[in-house]
Amino acid sequence: MRKHYTISGEDFSAAGEASSDFKAVLKKLGIDPTVIRRISIAMYEAEINTIIHGGGGECDAEISGKSICVTFRDNGPGIPDVNLAMQEGWSTAGEHIRELGFGAGMGLPNMKKYTDDMTIDTAPGQGTTITLIINL
Amino acid sequence: MKISELVKKLDLTVLTDSEYSDRGISGCYIGDLLSWVMGRAQSGDVWITIMNNINIVAVAALTDCACILLCEGVSAPENIVNKADEEGIIILQSEKTAYQLACELSAEIQK
Repeated sequence: MRKHYTISGEDFSAAGEASSDFKAVLKKLGIDPTVIRRISIAMYEAEINTIIHGGGGECDAEISGKSICVTFRDNGPGIPDVNLAMQEGWSTAGEHIRELGFGAGMGLPNMKKYTDDMTIDTAPGQGTTITLIINL
Repeated sequence: MKISELVKKLDLTVLTDSEYSDRGISGCYIGDLLSWVMGRAQSGDVWITIMNNINIVAVAALTDCACILLCEGVSAPENIVNKADEEGIIILQSEKTAYQLACELSAEIQK
């Protein structure tokens, strides 16, 4: 089963809609609540990053018999130093983003922490694609 | 402990219209940085915060916390209350500090 979501840039009021919708789908399918919580947290972080840093993008979420795979793609500036971006507390978010309660530098670390596999495909000027996998 | 008991014992104001009397509470988390809360608040927690933007509703929904408790007299604008009602999220409010609320909550949970 597959779901597709479009994430608009800078629209913080809609942040979490993809994560919430996919969570509802997983609940209906009777997926383990622990798994639902893990993928929901990871997806929300990716959704927020797509808005803040990517200027919006696309999300594809797929459930197969063995895993849940969610991909976020944006056409933003890309991540120059992925190792640095993976460090807890490191963030390039501006002051107005921090005032909203984001920009704690926990986005990518949380995605890694709550998934079984996470890959980042990015380069300066070429956008970012993040794939999150949780095994069932 | 049920949310209805918490509201009564800690003298809290209920800002939302969602049904809440039967929802259970198992713990508490205090925080204002949403990503931090997202990764650490547990299902059934009372989430105490001063953050009152629209994104608290999504964080509460995705972490399955029992309710949001706005402390120190912080209130929720109408759009947040409406969004919370749409999602079935309960928002409570108090004039007390996060520390006072957590102490009182802890005492009640341990009774």
